[in-house]
Amino acid sequence: MEKAFFIQRFLPGRDKRPYWQKYVLKCKGTWVILDALEAIHKQDLSLAYRRACRHGICGSCAININGMNQLACEKRVADLPYKIKIRPLPGFSIIRDLVVDLTPVYQHVEAIKPYLITTTKPPEKERLQLPSERKRLDGLYECIFCGACTGACPTFWGNQGFLGPTALIQACRLLMDSRDETKEERKKTLKAHPGLWQCHSIFNCVEACPKGLNPLKAIVALRKAILSK
Amino acid sequence: MIKHKHQIIIVGAGIAGLTAALEAVQAGNDVAIVSKVFPTHSHSVAAQGGTAAALGNMEEDSWEWHFYDTVKGSHFLGDQDAQAMFCKEAIETAYFLEHIGVPFSRTENGHILQRHFGGHYSEFGKGAPIRRACLAADRIGQAILYTLFGQCLRFKVRFYNEFLVTHILLQDEGCSGIMAWDIVHGEMHTFQGKLTLLATGGCSRLFKISTNSAINTGDGMGMVLAAGFPLEDMEFIQFHPTGLYPWGFLISEGVRGEGGYLLNQDAERFMKVYAPTKLELAPRDIVSRAIQSEIEAGRGIEGKPYVSLDITHLPEQLIKEKLPQIREMAIKFAGIDPKRQPIPVAPAAHYSMGGIPVNIDCEVLADGKKAIVPRLFAAGECACVSIHGANRLGTNSTMECAVFGRRAGRDMAKIVRSLNFLPLSKEQIKEGLEEINTLLNRIPKISLAEVREVLQEGMTKNCGILREESCLRAQLELIHNLKTAYQEIGLKGIPNEYNSALQEALELKHMLNLSEAIVRCALARKESRGAHYRTDFPTTDEKNWLRHTLVFMKEGKYKLDYKPVVITRFEPEERRF
Repeated sequence: MEKAFFIQRFLPGRDKRPYWQKYVLKCKGTWVILDALEAIHKQDLSLAYRRACRHGICGSCAININGMNQLACEKRVADLPYKIKIRPLPGFSIIRDLVVDLTPVYQHVEAIKPYLITTTKPPEKERLQLPSERKRLDGLYECIFCGACTGACPTFWGNQGFLGPTALIQACRLLMDSRDETKEERKKTLKAHPGLWQCHSIFNCVEACPKGLNPLKAIVALRKAILSK
Repeated sequence: MIKHKHQIIIVGAGIAGLTAALEAVQAGNDVAIVSKVFPTHSHSVAAQGGTAAALGNMEEDSWEWHFYDTVKGSHFLGDQDAQAMFCKEAIETAYFLEHIGVPFSRTENGHILQRHFGGHYSEFGKGAPIRRACLAADRIGQAILYTLFGQCLRFKVRFYNEFLVTHILLQDEGCSGIMAWDIVHGEMHTFQGKLTLLATGGCSRLFKISTNSAINTGDGMGMVLAAGFPLEDMEFIQFHPTGLYPWGFLISEGVRGEGGYLLNQDAERFMKVYAPTKLELAPRDIVSRAIQSEIEAGRGIEGKPYVSLDITHLPEQLIKEKLPQIREMAIKFAGIDPKRQPIPVAPAAHYSMGGIPVNIDCEVLADGKKAIVPRLFAAGECACVSIHGANRLGTNSTMECAVFGRRAGRDMAKIVRSLNFLPLSKEQIKEGLEEINTLLNRIPKISLAEVREVLQEGMTKNCGILREESCLRAQLELIHNLKTAYQEIGLKGIPNEYNSALQEALELKHMLNLSEAIVRCALARKESRGAHYRTDFPTTDEKNWLRHTLVFMKEGKYKLDYKPVVITRFEPEERRF
């Protein structure tokens, strides 16, 4: 099947502004967008994009395909129309072509202390956690840090200091962990950054998440936890 | 050129690198991680089914049973001193991982949940399959990697992400640091360190059909080989039985652990022919060969080169709770719901049992035997201790990364204090820069992608699950031609900022060198053992080949050497399952 790919190219410092480059390819039925990018890269080594695992678990290849943030390795070419427009994730500064600088996301994640903190001495064996307690981490710990949600968030576009859904879902994963022993501190940390109360429930993050997670639900759960004594 | 100085330099941010960094930084050291990708993009993230430790949470288990299974799984080619230590330390390491926050799945009373995996049995192999794989649904790699990354951030490990290490800097007193290319900004940096750990992962991207990430190009192994030091047991490449057809994406052994069947075109559970008692839970080399034999006998589904992995008989709830990622992949890529239709699978290159020879303290061995390369360490898939011998058991790899990552971190923390920095060799840096500049300034006559593709196709075809002399010789000739072609690839005109072509060119150099090492080792080993199967020498030859291969490369010429296997407890026996 033939498809026309319009890819946004841009190298800051060299190009005045981003521009579209068109490539027409014969695609196989099994192809995902990443296969198309690889095929283009073969003829044009200068095209830059990130990729690693190829099957939706490493989170490196999130881009914007026909207006939707998604993983290049998961989006089937056959499910798209003839004309396919590919841009980098919006809201971030561009390093080159489809590669963006995700530093703000990583800084936000770091700010919420993305690690279990315990104050008591661990037992000789494992800490116990009941299946019902462990279940509270489902829908949270699966986040792959791809940035698709934060790059779709208008609040983040307007304020790069806004914690954003990637960091908030991670914050929720840690606050919900029955083994964590710094709940009050975590709540204080969350209050110290613009995040929880700046979210306008626009739902873009929910729509964008390639893993089917619901960052907004996590944000609401965090709000509840902070408000309850 | 930008210069950095850190006490301990770790190359690679997978489970081995992060565990080592966490140990070393908590001991009060200044630790830097240099990784060609953002840490959570490291390939450890793709581990699915579980990580091995004889915790005995489900039924009685012991590290000694795990030890026996690992020895027999390795087709008696693993070093038993290291294997025994590994199985013992796996237990405390699993608890360590839990304590730092890994979200393991849980039993009814709150312990770490464990599941079946191939090759893990009770009673020194005589008993039934045993649940030894500690799981986090089917995302154990992600669960461990993210936990370690978070803890490394907490203790202020310094990360240099998207820095491709190009050369190890060496002198008589040992390793003095590394050179690394800053991918984002497109410039060279040097890192001076008292100690350097390579935790650069495997090389299964040498093969066309592979479960591996595009980044698994064996850079660490390639750099060690290029520096004149040996690699060990490189002929032993594991082909995972169940890669999603036709892509090769990993479909966890945990699927069979939870009760999945392998079926051929006649809907027959063919494993009963190849492993009458252990069936689908036989070790991976046995299952992969069985699938390949079925395919070659024309019993693939609709005559095509794949078989069925059937879990339609499992409860939907179990699939959703314990195998959610597998379900998602089947739906997204193959367009099938595994509750309703079997998953199409075929073997795919998965893991390198061999690698950089190290002792049990993770010190790199200069001759592959006793003498160490001072100040240079290796851990994880890039290293060969050897735990896995001729065939690795599922779930032993992530645990190997954690056990030996910890050991490396602790050992480095112990000795780093008594050391001074060594000066970096200007000569080596100059040579390194010249190599990069040659590539950057050369006008391409041959396509870099084409050289890589021809190599990968050839490796899968000629050096795959079933090998024989003529194919291996053909592959050797192909590699020689491709090495000549490599001299005509070029990157002229591509800007330096995020120049992924430069990265690919440097990776390709290692891929070519490693492929030749693998093929030469495979040609020399005139027997079949574990994952190395020679159709022209189909039996195991304990008399002549119960020994490790060492391969050296000097000025482009390869040389082989051998060393004995360490046997402390279990003598080789016939391997039946």
